[in-house]
Amino acid sequence: MSLATAGTPGVRPLVSIRNVSKQFANGTLAIRGVDLDLFGGEFVSLLGPSGCGKSTLLRIIAKLGQPSAGTVEWPTSTHSASGEAHPDLGFVFQDPTLMPWSNALKNVMLPLTLAGAPDGEAQARSAEMLALVGLKGFEKSYPRELSGGMRMRVSIARALVTRPKILLMDEPFAALDEITRHRLNDDLLGLWWQNRFTAVFVTHSVFESVYLSQRIVVMAARPGRVMADLKNEAVYPRDALFRTSAEYAHLCRVASETLKQAIAA
Amino acid sequence: MNDLPRNSPLPFPPPLAGEGRVGDGTDADARPVFARERRVLGIAVSTWPSIIAPIAIGILMLAAWEAIVRIRGTPAYILPGPLLIGQTLWSDWGTLSESLVITLRITFGALAAAIVVGVALAIIFTQSKWLEKSLYPYAVILQVTPIIAIAPLIIIWVGDIGLSLLICAWIVAFFPILSNTILGLSSADHNLVDLFKLYRADRWQTLRYLRLPAALPYFLGGLKISGGLALIGAVVAEFVAGTGGSASGLAYRILESMYRLQIPRMFAALFLISASGIAIFGIISMIAHFALRHWHESAVRREN
Repeated sequence: MSLATAGTPGVRPLVSIRNVSKQFANGTLAIRGVDLDLFGGEFVSLLGPSGCGKSTLLRIIAKLGQPSAGTVEWPTSTHSASGEAHPDLGFVFQDPTLMPWSNALKNVMLPLTLAGAPDGEAQARSAEMLALVGLKGFEKSYPRELSGGMRMRVSIARALVTRPKILLMDEPFAALDEITRHRLNDDLLGLWWQNRFTAVFVTHSVFESVYLSQRIVVMAARPGRVMADLKNEAVYPRDALFRTSAEYAHLCRVASETLKQAIAA
Repeated sequence: MNDLPRNSPLPFPPPLAGEGRVGDGTDADARPVFARERRVLGIAVSTWPSIIAPIAIGILMLAAWEAIVRIRGTPAYILPGPLLIGQTLWSDWGTLSESLVITLRITFGALAAAIVVGVALAIIFTQSKWLEKSLYPYAVILQVTPIIAIAPLIIIWVGDIGLSLLICAWIVAFFPILSNTILGLSSADHNLVDLFKLYRADRWQTLRYLRLPAALPYFLGGLKISGGLALIGAVVAEFVAGTGGSASGLAYRILESMYRLQIPRMFAALFLISASGIAIFGIISMIAHFALRHWHESAVRREN
């Protein structure tokens, strides 16, 4: 694992975060002076202890929060007439955040419906997406009839149904048991491998970040800031064997060490 | 583990999706297996006791009432027995049913108006904080003013008895719907609200796909209260208007029977009012159950 160089020269980043800070109304400085470039198709983890502002940063990228200072630019995305970027993004919350009154299919259809897609087309695409996350046959099931892992799959299907350029995930598997989490990690990697969206994955698990990502952005708390940007060069496919390999153990040790230094700093 | 070759060929990307996965230990295996419970007359065997028990208690109570009245020889103008009340209901059905229709028309008219105005106001209030702040106190004033105190005024001002009764019943019925729906409209999951923002949903879409469904259980809770209140409001207003004579709902029949000491008829009218109240509650509960049974905790059957 090595420190990442700041992207490949000449390649425009998908998202360009410059000197972003966020101060909440109560005075808490959530993040300070974050500089980060995210490139098309890469799998990036934001790793850090709780309170390091990684979720805040993710929400700012998704425009669910405004930075107090600094800019977030989308050089390659479409912009509205007023100059506001309209990036294609998907968001997966910590909770599945499904509409309990709608079945799985209707939940996945939501982004398409809101975009004004015709019902038939939205249905077909959503059914296809549900099948892709392994939930064929569950279209008519209501969220409460599904297990925690299955609800998260619906949530991921909903985030991917618009075929976004970037998928933002806020500790999506933190509440799941380890068996389910490992399986979802594998399936997420599979989806990413096939569709090559940019994945930004917030986690506080060193093991999860090393298993999944090409780049690990290590953050520290109070105030939240980026401490290191590690490149994880382990080759894909990564699977159960990778999880038990000496290489994985070594990478985890390096990442843990970096995280420990970041927390101590 | 160590003697497994590190570079053994494994399929990547892992096989995703489809029927092929069922039986491989993935989530798709979590689909439950259903066993049907035995049913008698379309009702599951286990729910029969909860139907029979209250009916049995009711029959017992009525029998005891009849027995006490007969044994003690209580005169019918003090306390008629249930059999006599039943007979009166049968013999006076002509006048009583007319009055029942009048009272129910007022009740349902008021309830319908309460739903329309309550939901409309709730939507307007949640769209604009300022409107809510300026108008909500007046809704509260309308609610806390005893209807019996302002009913005479309303009857004088409106003139038309039927319409004034409707207004009285409406005033009593609309507040629970208003306040519950406001609560429901503003208690949509915050993450879902964010999600709608993320997909740039407009106000109308957020209302239609998020706020209204989220408010449904609250609205139905308010409706359950309002259904009973509309009936009470209608009866109270009839009492006030009562001797005016032109309106002859069930409350008027009660007043009339009281003056004429036709106590069995008074009980019969009372019975019809109670039965209407129970029926309204039952109908609304059933609507609530069917609207919420798939998703809301209140309507979902849990087993442990």
